[in-house]
Amino acid sequence: MISLVIDIVLLLFLVVMAFAILRMHHLLAVAMLFGLYSLLVAGVFTVLDAPDVAFTEAAVGTGISTVLMLATLAATRSTHERRRKGVAWMPLCICIATGALLIYGIHNMPNLGDPTAPQHTEVAKRFIESGQAETGVPNLVTAVLASYRGFDTLGEVTVVFTAGIGVMLLLVRREKPRIRGEQHDAK
Amino acid sequence: MTQNSILRTIAKFLLPIILLYAFYVQFHGDYSPGGGFQAGVIFSSAFLLYALVFGLDAAAKVMPDWVLSTVACLGVLLYAGTGIAGMVFGGEFLNYSTLASEPVAGQHLGIILIELGVGLTVASVMLIIFFTFARRIRTQ
Repeated sequence: MISLVIDIVLLLFLVVMAFAILRMHHLLAVAMLFGLYSLLVAGVFTVLDAPDVAFTEAAVGTGISTVLMLATLAATRSTHERRRKGVAWMPLCICIATGALLIYGIHNMPNLGDPTAPQHTEVAKRFIESGQAETGVPNLVTAVLASYRGFDTLGEVTVVFTAGIGVMLLLVRREKPRIRGEQHDAK
Repeated sequence: MTQNSILRTIAKFLLPIILLYAFYVQFHGDYSPGGGFQAGVIFSSAFLLYALVFGLDAAAKVMPDWVLSTVACLGVLLYAGTGIAGMVFGGEFLNYSTLASEPVAGQHLGIILIELGVGLTVASVMLIIFFTFARRIRTQ
């Protein structure tokens, strides 16, 4: 009963937050609301018994990305979204069509937490049964991420690394390359 | 840099706690929720707070750019190196069972090492991105 109330409150606030973000034109407020939205999503993940994901969502979504968004806003010096007149029909149609397709896809999915669902009977079952004996790590999420799916995680770290390199290459200001002799002319 | 003494005091009080928590999440990730990625982000958020309160220059003095870019590379190298070490000792790439005398001990060691690699890279890349973004504000 309590968990149902918490679920409803969290999801209700998510919807309210989404509409608030849509209606808001002040970008600073939008960035803060996005942070709050992430915090609520982290709450939903906690309710769903996924503390590892909740952790990541809270740290990245609420913390780092909000600060990066604020830094970007400060760098662009543009604080308000440009108001557009009328309704953008094409994007609206695409959004409604995508949403309808996703909802259509949901109804074929097995129920949440259904133990007979395919994703729980094949690979996950093996991880749960022999994961701790094989890796000696009690937290199965870590065991799967670091050992069974080690190659994927290596890819993820490489993606993060590449993102860092990309930002450095694009945004770090260096002195302009000088043609030899130009310096003397300037003096 | 802010002159607000409440902010400065609270930030000074919070910084060691955040850093300690990051290390806890990093090295206790095998037993409790968390791991390298989360620990890296929390670790970098401590420096974010420092930079926001005490200014970019003060933060850059603690964490110079060359340290950040070196550590970012080291993290990926540590991860891939652990994988290759598994190959050297006679297993497959990223199979840690051969790293120690017993397969389970090897797995545990390998997981700790690669999580450390993840943490190092994530923490330094987050800081690199933040510093790069924040420096654009000043130069304009």
